[in-house]
Amino acid sequence: MSGADSLLGGDLLSAAQLSRAGLVEVFDVAEAFAEVSRRAVPKVPTLRGKLVATLFFEESTRTRLSFETAARRLSADVASLAVASSSVKKGESLRDTAATVEALGADVLIIRHRSSGAPAQVASWLEHAKVINAGDGSHEHPSQALLDAFTVRAALCEARGQVSEGSGASVFEGLRVLIVGDVRHSRVARSQVICYRTLGARITLCAPGTLLPRDAEAWGVEVAAHLDDALSEADVVSVLRLQTERGSGSHLPSLAEYTATHGLTERRAELLKPGAVITHPGPMTRGVEIASSVADGPSALVTRQVANGVAVRMAILFLVLGGEPSLLNGAP
Amino acid sequence: MSERAILLKGGLVAGARAVDRNDVLVVDGVIAAVALDLAAPEGAAVLDVSGCVVGPGLVDLHTHLREPGDEEAETIESASRAAALGGYTAIMAMPNTEPACDSASVVADVLARGRSASCEVAVAGAITVGREGRSLAPMAEMAELGVTLFTDDGACVHDGDVMRRALEYAKGLSVTCAQHCEDPALAAGGVMHEGAWSSMLGLPGQPTLAETSIVARDLGLVALTGATLHFLHLSAPESVRLVAAARDRGLPVTCEAAPHHLTLDDAQCVNYDPRFKVNPPLRPTVLVAELIELLRAGAIDAVATDHAPHASERKDVPFDEASPGMLGLQHALGLTVVALGGTERLDLLALFDLLSRRPAAIARLRGADERRAGHSAQGGDIEVGEAANLCAIDLESPTVVTDASIASRSKNSPYVGRTLPVTVRHTLLRGVPTVLDGAAVR
Repeated sequence: MSGADSLLGGDLLSAAQLSRAGLVEVFDVAEAFAEVSRRAVPKVPTLRGKLVATLFFEESTRTRLSFETAARRLSADVASLAVASSSVKKGESLRDTAATVEALGADVLIIRHRSSGAPAQVASWLEHAKVINAGDGSHEHPSQALLDAFTVRAALCEARGQVSEGSGASVFEGLRVLIVGDVRHSRVARSQVICYRTLGARITLCAPGTLLPRDAEAWGVEVAAHLDDALSEADVVSVLRLQTERGSGSHLPSLAEYTATHGLTERRAELLKPGAVITHPGPMTRGVEIASSVADGPSALVTRQVANGVAVRMAILFLVLGGEPSLLNGAP
Repeated sequence: MSERAILLKGGLVAGARAVDRNDVLVVDGVIAAVALDLAAPEGAAVLDVSGCVVGPGLVDLHTHLREPGDEEAETIESASRAAALGGYTAIMAMPNTEPACDSASVVADVLARGRSASCEVAVAGAITVGREGRSLAPMAEMAELGVTLFTDDGACVHDGDVMRRALEYAKGLSVTCAQHCEDPALAAGGVMHEGAWSSMLGLPGQPTLAETSIVARDLGLVALTGATLHFLHLSAPESVRLVAAARDRGLPVTCEAAPHHLTLDDAQCVNYDPRFKVNPPLRPTVLVAELIELLRAGAIDAVATDHAPHASERKDVPFDEASPGMLGLQHALGLTVVALGGTERLDLLALFDLLSRRPAAIARLRGADERRAGHSAQGGDIEVGEAANLCAIDLESPTVVTDASIASRSKNSPYVGRTLPVTVRHTLLRGVPTVLDGAAVR
């Protein structure tokens, strides 16, 4: 994997676009914006006059809210295409929809789509506007993986008494990351595998056979047969959301059986090493993939992920729209 | 001497058994002389074909014309022009039109529309009503009109009992069935080959087993019924090996491969460009290499295009929603030359066997048939008295594929920008040029 050393002025379609330096740049810019978020008036004029458009062809209130909050804190104008009520229902093609939004003057299109690759296709059609992939089918969700890794870096630095900003990727060296759940259909998992591997971590996947991706060995990961064994080795556990419809189809006999074999139950949480942390991209199905007490426990970073999501997405918008990281020296 | 005389001068002639330097004189739609240094009769047009090989006009076993029903994507006129530019003099129209070609009335309609086309248009009838895989279509009434090939192509006749009855019925009519091999349960939802690429791209894949399992079952049905069966667009080497082994045991089976399965791999899907979406899907490099080896070893009977035009609105959509298929007629010859190893030491007999003589035999188009009014014998030898369905291929000048050069109404070719090693110089349909100096005449 050899990505670019900076996101500056590019699209963000896949986590694979960024090298370790490129990822660390996003984290460090996000640290600066996290500081903004803690101010009494959490707003800077950085992107004043820019138009940020969110095109969510698949509903995701949380991700959209996070991106739009990020854009507003940077003083950008925000246009949201509510696709369910738009011309897409009238048969307009993806290409025409994207061209229309670009013609309205959007500087960046943030796209969520149920089809893998849709943001990449849009990026190839547009003249000048940038594209940020906010989750495409079973492909990738790069901003989620970036904010997960950013949160893990902050939490582990804190635990070690280090300053997160400027710490590079040192906490990830040799870190054991365990990804549990529906890896086959998860865009978060694909972006996480790429992101954590680029940062130097060792990845283990654990899932029922029907939810493991075909040819996972090509991803440069290990596959664990039993969750209990894998948990005791892990420094970071990424619990994936289980779409409950998988429990009634050909993938799983039942949700109860999934919880029994792959749920992060209270008993299993006790197998974790001291200091190990748990992430979840949300929304959680409590009692299925993760027990409520574990989700609300001290190891879980879930609410920090949400808060950091805004800062990381501010950093992504800032860089994609060509902001020089040096501008951030001093106060943004 | 008739005014309809053409002398093809200075070329290499690819006969059925040998390649010789000869001139070919065509008079009134028939080959009148094949010899060295023929003098042009008075009034004859002379085509300089030095540097070219003159062979039988190509015959495509697998063309989607889109007419009737989707004339925005392609018409019989535009497809036949693309075919002529590709060196073809006959194409087999697949029945997945709208309405489906599952009755004598639709067959008669397509045959009538095809009469003024730039190549002969043979028609394949559907095996089942509406291509729905349930009840047998009226194959006898279609056979009466000269239909010799039956298929539900685009869909697999996946019910084993229905396929068995189809084979038994077809045997009684002395016609051939052709199967699109795809187990719908194993292929379910797969939009590309299932493997490392589909896994990384997050696209649902279909394994080669979806194809191979149907091949294995249908070979058993052929053994059971004794009927003739042709396997369409085989993409998995294992499928071809099964068919070749059965053929060696004496079963009446044949198979085809498409040019794209011999020249493109599943890594092409990396940018989610729907022009690379096709069914069966593009396979991994190692399987493509094996398929090429099988082609060169003679295990594959024919190269057939699966020419599948789609209007831009069917392709300017997400990969998983895009219609599968790509253009084929205009560039299949060049791609087959690539698959056979290029123009250096090209086996011209194999080339014309794969693209003309064998497909004509499989589709039973080798002889004239009084039921097929206006059609002539295809895929023949270059001998006096044979119908003058010919193409002249320039082996020394490459072709650059451009958007503008595509004769089809749709432009969904994955080869735009690529250079192919040969150029179709002239095509003659029953002695009349349809392509002269690389340009369509009509």
